[in-house]
Amino acid sequence: MRYLPLTDADRQQMLGVIGAKNVDELFVDVPKAAVLKGLVDLPKAQGELEVHRHMQRLAEKNTPAGRTAFFLGAGAYRHHVPASVDHLIQRSEFLTAYTPYQPEIAQGTLQALYEFQSQVAQLLDMEVANASMYDGSTATAEAAMMAARVTKRKKIVFSGGVHPHYVDTARTACEALGLEVVALPAAIDDEAAVTKQLGADVAAVIVQSPNVFGTITDLTKIGEAARGAGALMVATFTECVSFGLIEPAGAYGADIVCGEGQSIGNALNFGGPFVGLFAVKEKYIRQMPGRVAGETIDADGKRGFVLTLSTREQHIRREKATSNICTNSGLCQLAWTIHMTLLGEQGLRQLATLNHEKAIELADALAKVKGVEVLTQRFFNEIAIRVPGNAQKAVDALAEMGVVGGVAMSRLNPKAGMDDVLITCATEMNTDEDIKAYADALKQALSV
Amino acid sequence: MITETTSGNRGLLQAEPLIFETGHATSMGVDLPAPKGTANKLGGLTRKAPLDLPGLSEPETMRHFVRLSQKNYAIDLGLFPLGSCTMKHNPRLNERAARFEGFADLHPLQPVSTVQGALELMDELAHWLCTLTGMPAVALSPKAGAHGEMCGMLAIKAALAARGEGETRKRVLVPSSAHGTNPATAAAAGFTVDEIPARDDGRVHLDDVKAKLGPDVAAIMITNPNTCGLFEPEIKNIADAIHAAGAYFYCDGANYNAIVGKVRPGDLGVDAMHINLHKTFSTPHGGGGPGAGPTVLSAALAPFAPVPHIVLKGGKRELREHSEGTQAFGRMCAFHGQMGMFTRALTYMLSHGSDGLRQVAEDAVLNANYLLARLKPHFAAPFGDRPCMHEVLLDDSSIKPKGVETIDMAKALLDEGYHPFTTYFPLVVHGAMLIEPTETVPKRELVRFADVMIALAERVNAGDVQFFKQAPKLTPMRRLDDTRAARQPKLRWRRGSNEAPAQAAE
Repeated sequence: MRYLPLTDADRQQMLGVIGAKNVDELFVDVPKAAVLKGLVDLPKAQGELEVHRHMQRLAEKNTPAGRTAFFLGAGAYRHHVPASVDHLIQRSEFLTAYTPYQPEIAQGTLQALYEFQSQVAQLLDMEVANASMYDGSTATAEAAMMAARVTKRKKIVFSGGVHPHYVDTARTACEALGLEVVALPAAIDDEAAVTKQLGADVAAVIVQSPNVFGTITDLTKIGEAARGAGALMVATFTECVSFGLIEPAGAYGADIVCGEGQSIGNALNFGGPFVGLFAVKEKYIRQMPGRVAGETIDADGKRGFVLTLSTREQHIRREKATSNICTNSGLCQLAWTIHMTLLGEQGLRQLATLNHEKAIELADALAKVKGVEVLTQRFFNEIAIRVPGNAQKAVDALAEMGVVGGVAMSRLNPKAGMDDVLITCATEMNTDEDIKAYADALKQALSV
Repeated sequence: MITETTSGNRGLLQAEPLIFETGHATSMGVDLPAPKGTANKLGGLTRKAPLDLPGLSEPETMRHFVRLSQKNYAIDLGLFPLGSCTMKHNPRLNERAARFEGFADLHPLQPVSTVQGALELMDELAHWLCTLTGMPAVALSPKAGAHGEMCGMLAIKAALAARGEGETRKRVLVPSSAHGTNPATAAAAGFTVDEIPARDDGRVHLDDVKAKLGPDVAAIMITNPNTCGLFEPEIKNIADAIHAAGAYFYCDGANYNAIVGKVRPGDLGVDAMHINLHKTFSTPHGGGGPGAGPTVLSAALAPFAPVPHIVLKGGKRELREHSEGTQAFGRMCAFHGQMGMFTRALTYMLSHGSDGLRQVAEDAVLNANYLLARLKPHFAAPFGDRPCMHEVLLDDSSIKPKGVETIDMAKALLDEGYHPFTTYFPLVVHGAMLIEPTETVPKRELVRFADVMIALAERVNAGDVQFFKQAPKLTPMRRLDDTRAARQPKLRWRRGSNEAPAQAAE
């Protein structure tokens, strides 16, 4: 077996050193009945060629996004990732390193984490960011739980614009802790509705901009209302490229800003692994979940970096930890940092502008299709449209024509009462031909 | 020996500032088309906050991150014997498969007709995991080990609620030797934690468990093989006692590598167990993630598995994405889990097969026992009177009286070119050194590592304490000041505040 270096001679010699006759003597503490006599009922070892072939066959049963005219977002976005990003994250020293608990031999990972935290804080206009979470949805769940710790209150209010899967993820986590989750009815442009729920029991209002329908919102008044009622304003997002062009929630006074970072540096990967971004006001850092890197000096006085504030974490605090999280999203976070370094401010602004222009072009093209109405008024690269009839049927009909036109709101939230709403997005990846193909196909799909 | 250079570099080791100290807002490593200048539809919400993100050209970016990479230790460089982390070789075929366009360029919300191969892959992975563990079901979506623990504990909570005991069974038993994530997870799932104190032999005793049982106990969380590197001999009897008391058995699968293909947790009475794909099934640790923590479930817990579920209908696979109308306890994350890790793990499993995986467990245990045999004459091995599983537990009780502690031994190993063992864990053993060589270390490297450890022990005996206290001397950085980092947290670059590198301690 190509991954196992020991030879039979090695094994015999080592058993001799140990003083055991055979390897089963080493499993002496396992109840005899539980040691399998033979092999489990699965195929035997295969060479690289055979395994490659098997995996290739499975991959070929899928239709990759790039082989279609592709306009689907809703939490995962198709962007161009420069070739150098994937090369760098595959370097052995990054790929096969562990969590940097031995900082003397992990400064590469640690400095990249510090750079990541700095970039995230700049992007979101927040004071401090952590070293990443699993993804945007789990980051949002952690934000809700953190707000409950900070305020010692138990009610979390979600706007009707937060991605339904984020609400479901947070609900599962929060209800386990005994928190109450109020999710307002789906609303294309009403983030401010959360303020009507404010009261002495509300820990946080959670809003999203751009929201799941693409709508962008000035969150200033929501933040003021939340603070006035002793609650936190948590702002989440699914498309971090947007902040190259639109005001980030930090500038609106959000206490916690969290969301999905996949758009920068990371492929779609059928939904994971992604990278959750998580930033807070400085006064809350000791309530923040997850790992964080900090600057210090070594014995020679040289600047270096370590994981710090670990007294918040499970390996020290056990059941009193701020979160049970241990693993972060290391390599995805590194990809994010590398891609963001290649972009810089000017590149990010330009990329964001291109996305916005493509989305305007898409909105204009779809608005011309008979019966279609663009519902989102202020947007970045994603919009909701109303189609005559059932949006899921339209999506399925489009797929038959080689167009992935978006996602039906009914798939994300069957109870939204929005069966005729389709969420669609454009990025720099879409050509003018793609947009024309989409509009033509939609026209055809709706005329059947 | 030259210690200071004009450049700050030391031969191949290049000094490297932060991107914020070298990059500029107008520099770029990308060429993008010029925008057309379309009137925007932002409703006046254009960004006014400064961005101030540094950019670098591609060659500068390459050099920056390659230079950083060279300050990292890695599995591909040498032995990485971190106990409870299973730092085994990461096969590169896995990386290639994960990057096939048909997997990497798939959106999680594409019409299911266009992702049949991805769903089939998930089913195939599930089949392997269920068959290996002897469990009927698996929830694939948890994104890491601790997330899998949460999934298992929430399934238990849902099962108790369905029995009408959700409000009465709130107590979870956790041995003091457990990973910190176990009590943290139990608390995050809304349970109270009742610790089972450690015994001198490093094992959980049936009598201690029975003494804690009662009608308010929801579950026990046991790591098996445990964090002392031992298989729990009474595990089956403990499981039976737990079940007889109406509670469930959560098994922490962090140490599954010791028994994969050889012992099925399902045969031991386990109700839920997460599997760290980044440990047993070789997906890369990546400097701290991403992980993946699929959680196998017993028949009693299977109905409560979180959405999404893959449903086979008329030869086609469909996704059930909402829990309404099912007993699913909810949702763990936005989409379907760590697909990129599923492809890697399945590639690894297919490569090894049933025979190779069993060999993995046997070689991992053999390697650990070889180290135990070599090292126990030179170090205190608290449970060294019996064979260990895939990790060796030593402590510093024999060297501490001479002035050298676990941390010093670890730092000396850095100079010797090794990543150290896990230090001070498990907490139940003072000065613990937990060594896990894994099955992918060649014998000559194992022999050399044992020789180095023994030479270090002899150095302690010779009274060379300063050698240890000054270590490491040869690493890119010397010992770092953790206290300073925690007392004056500096968690990011800020313009104007840290453009000059930090100075030596005052």
